[in-house]
Amino acid sequence: MITLGHYLALGALLFAISVAGMFINRKNVIVLLLCVELMLLAVNVNFVAFSRFLGDASGQVFVFFVLTVAAAETAIGLAILVVLFRNRGTINVDQIDSMKG
Amino acid sequence: MTFQLVCFYFFAIVAAMAALGVISVKNPVVAALCLVLTFFSMACVWLLAEAEFLAIALVLVYVGAVMVLFLFVVMMLDVDIAPLREGFVKFLPGGIVIAAVMLVEMLALIGLKALAVPPAPNPAGESNIAWLANALFRDFLLPFEIAALILTVGLIAAVPLTLRRRAGVRSQNPGRQVMVDPADRLRMVKMDPVTKERAP
Repeated sequence: MITLGHYLALGALLFAISVAGMFINRKNVIVLLLCVELMLLAVNVNFVAFSRFLGDASGQVFVFFVLTVAAAETAIGLAILVVLFRNRGTINVDQIDSMKG
Repeated sequence: MTFQLVCFYFFAIVAAMAALGVISVKNPVVAALCLVLTFFSMACVWLLAEAEFLAIALVLVYVGAVMVLFLFVVMMLDVDIAPLREGFVKFLPGGIVIAAVMLVEMLALIGLKALAVPPAPNPAGESNIAWLANALFRDFLLPFEIAALILTVGLIAAVPLTLRRRAGVRSQNPGRQVMVDPADRLRMVKMDPVTKERAP
């Protein structure tokens, strides 16, 4: 039988993978955005699991809102990425330091 | 080991492998496609958790809309990948150590107690969608409206961000076309008729 621990462990695994991805791909904005999506997914797994095992619908409603905000975040993030690439010709995080004092 | 558990392990392993692919492949397009596979497997896991509506929503909203948008942008940008890969090997040990420590900590926190939690009672015998809709439209109506507002703000914000005005482009201005006054362009002249004089 699938227990709560299975879902939480899967969520923790995905979260750890996305944290590692943020560390090793710290120059590539595209992969960083993908890692943020992965991280949100890992959190959503926990919400779904708790909602299922506590019999409370609020968790699944919260996942719904997380999906909504993540979609808006992706749209604006990609728009910023496109503008950045158009103005600077690169998406390397190291070269985005024009606001450095 | 029940059939459900076998399915869970299968989808979990596929999701984890695809997630590892997302963070390790060189080509961002492949990374985005790996993320699609991760979302798909997680949707299957959510189906096993009897969260049917969210599983379908994940596939429709994420795979259908967000990831397609991602792929569009990634393919549109002509990115030179080589400089972005610098430091991959340098940061790899640190990233793995931190991720492993985090994973061990979280697993320790979850612990063995969570394994003993009894599988939940099925929520009141109604379908998942009815269950969710009751909560969403009764207890969370205001947050639902605010979510719609957030989506609208995101939609509107993305347009001026990417709007570009280029100099020297000849284009029509519909506003000025509509505002034009016939009197500016056409002058009516009153004059007497002129007849050609006949030769004698």
